[in-house]
Amino acid sequence: MTARADVIVIGGGIVGTSTAFFLRQRNRSVILLERGLTGQQASGVNFGGVRRQGRALEQLAMSNRALETWRRSRELLGEDVEFLPSGHTRVCYHAHDAEYFHRYAADARACGLDLEVVEGAAMFRRFPFLGRDVLAASISPLDGHANPRLAAPAFGRAAARLGAHIVENTEVVRVEKEAGGFRVETATGDVYRAEQVLICAGAWANALSTQFGEPVPLSARGPQMAVTEPVPYVFPFSMGVYTSIKEESVYFRQIPRGNIVLGGGPPGPADAGTRRASVLPANTVAQMAQFRRMVPAMRALHVIRVWSGVESYLPDSEPVIGPSSTTDGLFYAFGFSGSGFQIGPGVGETLAEVLDSGSTPIDLTSFSIRRFQRASSTHAESITSETSP
Amino acid sequence: MAATVIVIGAGPAGVRAAEALVEAGLRPVVIDEGRRDGGQIYRRQPEGFTRTYDALYGTEAERARALHEAFDALRPNIDYVPDTLVWNVAPNSVHMVSGTRHRELGFDALIVCSGATDRLMPVPGWHHAGTYSLGGAQVALKSQGCAIGSRVVMMGTGPLLYLVAAQYVKAGATVSAVLDTSTFAQRLRALPQLLAIPSTLKKGIALMKVLKDARVPVHRGITPVEIRGTPEHGVQGVRVKLADGAMLEVECDAVALGYHLRSETQLADLAGCEFRFDQALQQWLPVADEDGRSNVKGVYLAGDGARVRGADAAERAGRLAALAAMKDIGMISNEDEANKLRIQLGRFTRFAAGLRAAFPWPARFAATLPDETIVCRCEAISAGELRRVVNDMGAKEANRAKAFSRVGMGRCQGRFCAHAGAEVIAAEARVPLEAVGRLRGQAPVKPLPMALAPHQDMETSE
Repeated sequence: MTARADVIVIGGGIVGTSTAFFLRQRNRSVILLERGLTGQQASGVNFGGVRRQGRALEQLAMSNRALETWRRSRELLGEDVEFLPSGHTRVCYHAHDAEYFHRYAADARACGLDLEVVEGAAMFRRFPFLGRDVLAASISPLDGHANPRLAAPAFGRAAARLGAHIVENTEVVRVEKEAGGFRVETATGDVYRAEQVLICAGAWANALSTQFGEPVPLSARGPQMAVTEPVPYVFPFSMGVYTSIKEESVYFRQIPRGNIVLGGGPPGPADAGTRRASVLPANTVAQMAQFRRMVPAMRALHVIRVWSGVESYLPDSEPVIGPSSTTDGLFYAFGFSGSGFQIGPGVGETLAEVLDSGSTPIDLTSFSIRRFQRASSTHAESITSETSP
Repeated sequence: MAATVIVIGAGPAGVRAAEALVEAGLRPVVIDEGRRDGGQIYRRQPEGFTRTYDALYGTEAERARALHEAFDALRPNIDYVPDTLVWNVAPNSVHMVSGTRHRELGFDALIVCSGATDRLMPVPGWHHAGTYSLGGAQVALKSQGCAIGSRVVMMGTGPLLYLVAAQYVKAGATVSAVLDTSTFAQRLRALPQLLAIPSTLKKGIALMKVLKDARVPVHRGITPVEIRGTPEHGVQGVRVKLADGAMLEVECDAVALGYHLRSETQLADLAGCEFRFDQALQQWLPVADEDGRSNVKGVYLAGDGARVRGADAAERAGRLAALAAMKDIGMISNEDEANKLRIQLGRFTRFAAGLRAAFPWPARFAATLPDETIVCRCEAISAGELRRVVNDMGAKEANRAKAFSRVGMGRCQGRFCAHAGAEVIAAEARVPLEAVGRLRGQAPVKPLPMALAPHQDMETSE
């Protein structure tokens, strides 16, 4: 079987499905190839934070763009992905982290993200449920959360309604440049052709970028998620701890039906080969102590289920987004390092713009795959606290 | 150092497994969710209750007494951890919780004797207060001497339907009707296989006589229509279609439901055991050899938690799994006894097949459930919503349908809705049940308190 389109998107996570959606809005033909089902791995198992604050400043232009899409998601997608623009708050336990809140708020304001930092008595008046270890809170009123189990599949269905060809249960094994474009071959021997290819295959991307001489130090890890039984709806916003101590970095959100979604702390093991990731029992136990510290009233709740999935991490915790450095017409977007959910539709919109028009006003330089060719060993591991978005 | 063998469960399989280990000189750890041993079938009444064995267990009094006495004799030679839930299994260790105390314990061998619970099929109105499983109705009686209502209807099929009804009658409760979805003809056809264990067949017939003597109306070949009730008053009655097509309404204030049993397989799942679809049972079950060895080294499965064959079979399977574990550890094996146990278990396997034929799982009901029927009671998700994700969102696989609809996401994690949910998906997607797959198990096995603290620590204020 041979099929042809303007663009082949490899990977049906939130970046792939939203790119397909925005490409169809631009009237470009698109085939999306997904090894499993859309939104099944990192895009489907993450915390569901629609959070701009805390991101590297370079991400904020795309993140702001994404927020516009999240706000219009019901109208754009024709279905509800449970986006709640109820605000996102970061809290901290250490004085140097409180100082950082102020610095970050000033920097972020210049990038179109308005934050409010509160401390001490004013903070406890605002959030009376917080534990007494908490020193400061940074509030992003326009951020919020959405349902990750629904979002990427909804983008996929909306793209399909606009004419995208979404092919699930199809594993790509080889991508080759040929005269006039690319030849993409699947595990079952099917061949797809296109002028341009976008590889947004998460933890599976390195096997494909390596075929173009661009290996990346990508590793697979699993978020450590949990959910409580439903209880009265009292926390509309989502909230997390900012800290350089990994164990402290937990976060939660409550959905209107009452369950509280929990996550954070050190990630667990994940295996791209078997597509399995697990929650380490010790991580679940350690998370509970951290939640009791942040919100002591949570002591009375019960965790009814835990889950994980395969996420892809890069050493600097920043994604690869943009053109290949070796091959014209080839583009990448992967390695979101636990922070791809919110920004996904902004990346998709930006890539669709680049694939269609050849340029974007958004500066993608810092996300280039080149950085791993230049200096594979000199990149310091940066400290990011809230690894899940 | 002697091998650490952990037995999970202190029912018939767990007790006999521990006994075999102790006989061989080991000191097993027996972890049980119950406050006392005996499991579900031989559940011991709380300390201070004084009902006799005959009153509590009827025809099973002698077996119950023998198991309890065997366990009491083991106590000095085992580490008994009652009232404790194993909530997760990691490679070579279990994670357990008692109250809010958490502990991890390593093992060389793990024998999982996790038992079974009722297999349930939704019926419109089964979410009303006063609807129980047959097993739950039995627990209320055995543990606390309570009935689930003053006028009780037992509905579904399987041996438990008649056993619980007879136990309620004997305890003086009013059983307003026994409504069986299987037919007498099905029972007759299954007779040759049921004769594999004539004594159990005879006990079954004795139960029927108890019901007849008490003039309890028994209807076979019925189709459940509705459990009638209101949010304020709970269950008020049951409506069914009789075998001849006539409608029957029975007034009651409680209903006990069940369609035979399903294995409690979450621990095997968390331990990483492979599962296969059993065509005869139409269920996904962990793979184990005749002796109970799973595909995971050091993990053994015994009793109804591995395959529903009843308590007598569980006692033998528990012992056999212990023999297998000891053989694999490198201790001397007793092949003669193992062979004897395997032959005996073969008869129970045939009998269990007979029970399935006599009391078949009514898969066909799933297709005709009205859209408004609740399928997942924890999350209050209806059959219509489940069908919507199949049709509009293309979710033809169990985990995909769970992700979109929440069926199986609640506190029971699909233990009580997954079987019926899969039938609804299969019927709607027009695919075989096997193609729907099974919900991947996730910890914790049951809700885990967030007040959890390590076992050794003294609690400090937080």
